[in-house]
Amino acid sequence: MDSSYTILILLIPIFTFFLLGFNFKRIKEPTSGIIGTALIGTTALISYFTAFQYFTGAMKGAIVDGVYQKVYTMNTVWIEFSDTLHIDMGILIDPITAMMLIVVPTISLMANMYSIGYMHGESGYTRFFAYLSLFTFSMLGLVLSTNIFMIYIFWEMVGVSSYLLIGYYYNKPSAVLAAKKAFIVTRFADFGFLMGILMLGYYGGSWDFKVLSDLGFIESLQQAYGAVFMGLSVITWALILIFMGGAGKSAMFPLHIWLPDAMEGPTPVSALIHAATMVVAGVFLVARLFGLFHFMDDGAALTVVAYVGALSTLFAAIIAFTQHDIKRVLAFSTMSQIGYMMLALGVSGYSGHDGLGFMASMFHLFTHAMFKALLFLGAGSIIHAVHSNYMQDMGGLRKYMPITHITFLIAALAISGVPPLAGFWSKDEILVAALHDNTLIFAVGYIVAGMTAFYMFRLYFRIFWWNEPNYKHTPHESTNTMTIPLIVLAVMTIVSGFIPFHNLVTADGAHIETHIDWATAGASVAVGLVGILIAMFMYKKENTISKRFRSGFGNFYEAAFAKFYIDELYMFVTKKIIFAKISAPSAWFDRNVVDASMNGVGNGTVWIAEKIKGLQSGKVQDYAMFFISGVVVIAMLFWFFI
Amino acid sequence: MNLDTFLLMRHEIGLTIIVLLLLLADIFMEDKKKVNTVAVALFAIYTAIGFVPMDSGELFGGMFSTTPLIVAFKNILNVGVLLILMISVSWVNKKMLPINKVSEYYVLMVSSLLGMFFMISAGNFLMLYIGLELATLPVAALASYDMFNRKSSEAGIKLILSAALSSGILLFGISITYAITGSMYFDIIAGNMGLSYLGILGMVMVFAGIAFKVSLVPFHFWTADVYEGAPTPVTSFLSVISKGAAVFVLMILLFKVFPDMKGIWINLLYGLSILTMFVGNLFALRQTNLQRFMAFSSIAQAGFILLGFLSVDELAVSSIVYFIAIYILSNIVVFGAIQAVGLASGKYEMDDYTGLYRTNPKISIVLMLGLFSLAGIPPIAGFFGKFFLYSAAASQGYYMLVFIAVVNVTISLYYYLKVIRASWLRKSDDSIPYFESDSFLKAGVLIATVGLLILGVASPYYEYIYSLSNIFN
Repeated sequence: MDSSYTILILLIPIFTFFLLGFNFKRIKEPTSGIIGTALIGTTALISYFTAFQYFTGAMKGAIVDGVYQKVYTMNTVWIEFSDTLHIDMGILIDPITAMMLIVVPTISLMANMYSIGYMHGESGYTRFFAYLSLFTFSMLGLVLSTNIFMIYIFWEMVGVSSYLLIGYYYNKPSAVLAAKKAFIVTRFADFGFLMGILMLGYYGGSWDFKVLSDLGFIESLQQAYGAVFMGLSVITWALILIFMGGAGKSAMFPLHIWLPDAMEGPTPVSALIHAATMVVAGVFLVARLFGLFHFMDDGAALTVVAYVGALSTLFAAIIAFTQHDIKRVLAFSTMSQIGYMMLALGVSGYSGHDGLGFMASMFHLFTHAMFKALLFLGAGSIIHAVHSNYMQDMGGLRKYMPITHITFLIAALAISGVPPLAGFWSKDEILVAALHDNTLIFAVGYIVAGMTAFYMFRLYFRIFWWNEPNYKHTPHESTNTMTIPLIVLAVMTIVSGFIPFHNLVTADGAHIETHIDWATAGASVAVGLVGILIAMFMYKKENTISKRFRSGFGNFYEAAFAKFYIDELYMFVTKKIIFAKISAPSAWFDRNVVDASMNGVGNGTVWIAEKIKGLQSGKVQDYAMFFISGVVVIAMLFWFFI
Repeated sequence: MNLDTFLLMRHEIGLTIIVLLLLLADIFMEDKKKVNTVAVALFAIYTAIGFVPMDSGELFGGMFSTTPLIVAFKNILNVGVLLILMISVSWVNKKMLPINKVSEYYVLMVSSLLGMFFMISAGNFLMLYIGLELATLPVAALASYDMFNRKSSEAGIKLILSAALSSGILLFGISITYAITGSMYFDIIAGNMGLSYLGILGMVMVFAGIAFKVSLVPFHFWTADVYEGAPTPVTSFLSVISKGAAVFVLMILLFKVFPDMKGIWINLLYGLSILTMFVGNLFALRQTNLQRFMAFSSIAQAGFILLGFLSVDELAVSSIVYFIAIYILSNIVVFGAIQAVGLASGKYEMDDYTGLYRTNPKISIVLMLGLFSLAGIPPIAGFFGKFFLYSAAASQGYYMLVFIAVVNVTISLYYYLKVIRASWLRKSDDSIPYFESDSFLKAGVLIATVGLLILGVASPYYEYIYSLSNIFN
């Protein structure tokens, strides 16, 4: 079967965007929500079909000798610079794309369906669904890109739709600020990304993923470029810059500051964009260029990835202990889990059992998308019921919201790594891979596994147990359109751990053998259970243990609560140093030298125009005089110069 | 000479027939207003016939010649005149009352066009001169058509006096070339001209005679007074048709009659181009009357056209013809808007346009598109017109001149935007109230606007002109 139907995966969402975007005054609630959900549902079906065709080998060229290949279902040259360097537009399917074709439409469909009820009564209801379709289009374009420049284009479009959705409540100043912050921070990171792309194009000579993942090509690059700066080759520097872009989108330390603020957006947006799909774009990018990352300079760039991931995962987990806003706890949890995926990629080898880290990272990306979206949507359901983001206003909700309660518990158990839920399988593979490669990183991963269990159950017990506050309105379970996505995602959370990822998604496309390492698995489950038990002890009933702990840690608690003052550091650097020492003098120069000279030219022109107006006297005899003198002067000039 | 070869003059014959029919119509038709419709309809049919493909050839022993490029150019002028006739109709009706005249206007305009066609097709200086006079004299009458308006009469008088002077200079130049080469035929002159002091004087005088019609500095002084005083449709005729034809003739003369003196006239064009752009722009800056403003704008545009001449090859020819086609449309759009506003309110000052967008949004959009095209803002056609002129100059390495032209475009942007700012951004309590124009005017402006938008994106048209442009053989 011809695979060009895959273009529909992009065409339907963008059509939805234009349909809803141009008619946002005419299409009313809830029609627009239903249209959006139905069309994204169609996209999801086509995507599943594509992934199915690919993994079963029914797609032409998908499997050669038992190894998954990169398939271009269509590709046209858009802008050509040279024979090898050109920007193409096309559709690439390979194992990680096929996997993302399941993740993105599923979560998007759930978020769309959930929003039908959640956004009820908001002004700009249709606008919201239009933006959601725009985001879905951009994200799918990103994962289907055939070359790194095309990824960059969709990467920016994803950023724009994220900006629009965070700032959805545009009459709320904090939302506008958060949208701006997210956009500026990620744009700053994308500056590195673009430089990396250009360096890769200039020195590497190609942007095409088939070429860039070809081992022979990578070998030739390795031969061609020696160390130029700090012992690394120019290609490795390009990769580090590209990773900077990925770190910005994926909220890796120190570019993570936008993610907590982005929680100002509506909760389905947080679930879709800031938990499951957009924020893993950085992981996807590293996975996409994994061959280069792994082989250039013996994986120097990959080591950077590993340590940034490890640092971020620990850092975010500590902050998550101290936050009161349930969405912010989830945001730091997201950052921590993405750090997990990054460190898994960082410790991975390329083929065979060494490639376990890559597979585990993708596996965790997949399972995390499911249970983290579930957690966010559950949080949205809770916020919808109690009209507050803060845990202080919650407690004892298990009686009022049974479905939310059970699904939230499933997700919390999954993220804590309790078998047989999805998180257990993927997290276990990551720890095995880390132990195999680097003991320090394994230690960080192991400690964070326990910390994750603790803060997630702190959240769980604090919301659903503890003591009931005095609710103004009795909380009640959400509507069906909101609970159905919760149930679907809960089912996915339970079953997705059993997907045979080692047969489907690997770095080199070949199968790898995996088996449960009982020692590691037992240890990680144990640390998770310890975390859960401590949380239960501290938060199941109202007590003062946590307060005493808080005062015990004193300054360290304060610092963690203030997110280790990273935001303040940025503010100091921008306001006190860049604005005061660089921007102000440049502004002076611009105003008094550049503008002044331009104004001078303008004023001079007007002045001349004023001075020569006498020439146009209105008398025909004068005109005749000028005419004849003109002829004479011109003729004489040429006589003179001939 | 048989009928087939005689039909090489199809355009000229057609115009003559129209003139005669209109004179008859004036006599036999009771309702004079219907003459308008007849005139426009006749001209429209004639314009359509003009597009039928035609061979090239010569008549009257080389006095008259025609090539595919000349036919294409005549068709461009035909379309321009048709649009001008359409925007004239309601004004002619309005001026009909005192002496019950209608056909006069059309007869004069079509006669002038006839003169231009002979001028364009001329293969001999005599034919050229006769065509030139036939083109000029009716326009002088047209300029003073509004006979009870002192400014209109003044415009007519100034035009006829200046034109007489320039004709005299042109004749002097022709007689000098005759004295050197002993012939009036272009091809013989081209072979025998050589380079001499007398020859330079002759060439400069001929050049001045044509440059007068193109409004190049310092032969431009009549332009402002005549444009301001003449009725709006006549001004638009002068600024696009008359100027376009003159540019074409100038091109033929320089490229085909005086190739021996290329070194001289290249420098001449280089200097006059800078001078014309600056004078046109600097004067345009402080104008408040829209027609006078358009006069200086058209002078500045003439300066830009000279850039195209400098490459002296197919690129030069095609860029000039293409620019003129776009310039005709842009100017007709702007003059159509001025005409519509002037007819409805009698106002022609820039300040009167304040707040026009709020009361008459459609005409403001059209006016804006036309001015954007004149200013050369992409993706409207005017940008591409200028772009090809720059390419022609740059292809011969005249980068400094291109830079000066760009500086001038920047200056021109200022005054074009001044009009747009008045009509779009400013508010006024007594802005011109809402009005409806007649359907002829609306259709004319609409066609021109659509043409501008289409030519901005359709490259086949330029390629077609380029394919015709080989006049050097």
